Amino acid sequence: MTDTTQRPARRSPIQFGDPLFKGLTFFFAMLVLAILTGIVSVLIIDSIPAFKEFGPAFVWNSRWSPALDIYGAFVPLIGTIETALIAMLIGVPFSFGMAFFLTEMCPHWLRQPIAVAIELLAAVPSIIYGIWGLFVLVPIFQNYVEPALISTLGPLPIIGHLFQGPPIGIGVLLAGIILALMILPFVTSVMREVFAAVPAVLRESAYGLGATRWEVVWRVVLPYSRVGVVGAIMLGLGRALGETMAVTFVIGNAHRLSLSLLAPGTTISATLANEFTEADSPLYTSSLIALGLVLFALTFFVLAVGKKLLLRTPATGGRT
Amino acid sequence: MNTPAAPSAPAPVNLARRALIRRRHRFNTAMTVVSLAMTAAVLMTLGAILVTLFYNGIQAIRPSLFLESTPPPGSEGGLANAIFGSLVMTSIAVAIAAPVGIMAGTYLAEYARTSKLAETVRFINDVLLSAPSIIIGLFVYGVIVLSMGHFSAWAGIAALAIIAIPIIVRTTEDMLTLVPDSLREAGAALGTPRWKVITSISYRAAFQGIMTGVLLAVARVSGETAPLLFTALNNQFWSTDLNAPMANLPVVIFQFAMSPYEDWRRLAWGGALLITTAVLMLNIIARLSAKGKRA
Amino acid sequence: MTREALTASALGSSQRESLDGKAGMPEKIGVKNLDFHYGQFQALKDINISIPDRRVTAFIGPSGCGKSTLLRTLNRIYEMYPGQRASGEVIVDGENILKPGADLTELRTKIGMVFQKPTPFPMSIFENVAFGIRLYEKLSRSDLEERVHWALTRANLWDEVKDKLNVVGTGLSGGQQQRLCIARAVAVKPQILLMDEPASALDPISTAKLEELIEELREEYCIVIVTHNMQQAARASDYTAFMYLGELVEFDTSEKIFTNPSNVRTRDYVTGRFG
Repeated sequence: MTDTTQRPARRSPIQFGDPLFKGLTFFFAMLVLAILTGIVSVLIIDSIPAFKEFGPAFVWNSRWSPALDIYGAFVPLIGTIETALIAMLIGVPFSFGMAFFLTEMCPHWLRQPIAVAIELLAAVPSIIYGIWGLFVLVPIFQNYVEPALISTLGPLPIIGHLFQGPPIGIGVLLAGIILALMILPFVTSVMREVFAAVPAVLRESAYGLGATRWEVVWRVVLPYSRVGVVGAIMLGLGRALGETMAVTFVIGNAHRLSLSLLAPGTTISATLANEFTEADSPLYTSSLIALGLVLFALTFFVLAVGKKLLLRTPATGGRT
Repeated sequence: MNTPAAPSAPAPVNLARRALIRRRHRFNTAMTVVSLAMTAAVLMTLGAILVTLFYNGIQAIRPSLFLESTPPPGSEGGLANAIFGSLVMTSIAVAIAAPVGIMAGTYLAEYARTSKLAETVRFINDVLLSAPSIIIGLFVYGVIVLSMGHFSAWAGIAALAIIAIPIIVRTTEDMLTLVPDSLREAGAALGTPRWKVITSISYRAAFQGIMTGVLLAVARVSGETAPLLFTALNNQFWSTDLNAPMANLPVVIFQFAMSPYEDWRRLAWGGALLITTAVLMLNIIARLSAKGKRA
Repeated sequence: MTREALTASALGSSQRESLDGKAGMPEKIGVKNLDFHYGQFQALKDINISIPDRRVTAFIGPSGCGKSTLLRTLNRIYEMYPGQRASGEVIVDGENILKPGADLTELRTKIGMVFQKPTPFPMSIFENVAFGIRLYEKLSRSDLEERVHWALTRANLWDEVKDKLNVVGTGLSGGQQQRLCIARAVAVKPQILLMDEPASALDPISTAKLEELIEELREEYCIVIVTHNMQQAARASDYTAFMYLGELVEFDTSEKIFTNPSNVRTRDYVTGRFG
């Protein structure tokens, strides 16, 4: 490092400055690593008592009884996956439909406003979706949607099992729908960006062959951007799995395994939100943290896959 | 070159072909209508959320909302303590997270760039960015709440800061990457030391973008509920003690909305409107400032 | 008939009557009073041109002269973008395709298009060629394979790709990709091929192959090619239209345009005095 400054007085701070500044930035970058390491180790250490007591069976044991101090993660784990799947089943087609609309059909002057509105909605805190679900959607479901589902789909074989029981509004289905609403703006925004990044000439070639709008999107745009689309879906799934507030309001927090989507259930994050501050035995607390660990492992896996896919596609790659 | 004979001469427009084209067009129309309906349904639902929020929230907006603390059930009150708590915790959390995030982002964009270590930090940062926020609450509970022996505003601040840091790291790095290297080289060619190039050239060029990131972090953090549930907890009274539990809007909304009391529910709507307005405003400001001057 | 014979027969008199009358080939595309706007900007001004069947017609001119725009009106691909509008008439086989009710799908089977950069779809070579066929015909597997074989052969690509039909099209070289796109266009049996600077992204050898292909295809198709390369226009086309600032300056046989243009601006351009 050569210093071209004439005045010797300024030499030393400048020479110091570089390693100091670099060291400082390095330290904070390492802090990011340290935080994640800290999170993982705290989760593991604090969940040891639970795993000591119940062994790996903790994960697939469906009993959750604070009164008997017996805990198993199965019900909230299934609830987490179930609600997230419902959210994806509804959210993905809708996101695709909206992205299709926004990139191919929407009048140009309307595209930007709608896209911005959707991005803004993605920023609305999830608790808002939660209380809207509780106060607005629960009564609607209780009085109209669920009775209709029970009377139409309920009697069907196999699928009917999913729609049994009294229509109470609160339950797994509603939680899944609220989650779908919550992830929709996010997944739509990412999909729209990925679609918009498809080169115009590719679209032109397909239109030039006489393909219809749908064919262009389904057979050219989607295959071209599939990696980015899968990435968007995985990121949405990660959000759905880990979401707390949108779910806690409307799922009912019942540790009961039920086949029916209309029955109340729980998810890992809802269990944590509802029970953590009330946990009165060390084993209870440890079991809750162990639940957190399971959730973290689940979302880490999904997010890692999603990130990998998103980074690989040139369509969204900000960096190389 | 052996050219196979063209199978059937240049197509006469026969019936099968017409039928196929018609079917394709019908399908296209059907999908067009479906996607139109989907978009309309979603936009209307999302619109309905905002309308209900506004309608119910506005009824709670009155001077007492900002002047009085959260009431016991059945009596009048406001959200003053929760608003104060949210403001304090959010601002301190971001004040801590901003330098940390900016420095870490600087390391990635200016020094490490494509090194293996940088890739790792970047990936870990992305994991943190999308980790469920309730997990971060658990972590802070394990580290701070347990060792202090009680819930406190500091614990809430720590949780919010951990949520804010990866957002700021990410935007800082992205914005610094947009600064052309020629600018850095021009600075270095004048004999400017590296740190000076970064602080007086890169930062200046990327300032708007970095601030946008900080604003977005504020927006994100101010709506976070889950990590506060078992860190800052809640406090029914006006408190300025960062060492004690502190009221905050999201947790108050959660508790009041789940309660059976009409007054509390009204306050919950009021709080929800305040938070949403704040978050949307912050996002709009961030957007405008990012648009106003591109880095 | 060789090109020399044709051009010889078409030589002599100027402009349109020569094309209609003496060239012997009927009009395939007729453009009448065509104006084109990008928003406020008028890109084409009162274009009138008659493009003959089974010949290669080249559009030349400096950048921004409107030659690509003119090409893009011929299959209405410009419609994908807002603020672009055309008025006037483009008549293909006696039908005005600019008429609002015109059937675009039917139109585009008739008109294939090849772009500046090769645009293989993100699927296998076979699927790329089959893509267009499947839009219009329900063929049995063997018929489909036969047609793909035919199209790839037609595009002089079969020998190079016959062993890797299931490989993605993006893995081919630039020249091969461009011929793949021609195969894809040819596969639906169009009558017109529009080529928008098809060789601009290719190396000289690939360009030579492409020109050879165009030479073969002209026997069956009405080919319209936009190029900024005058040697290419002179080599590969029967007719040349010189455009300047959105106007059609001169349209005649390529031989006449490149040896003895009647307009002074054309002369300046083809001799390299401006542009």
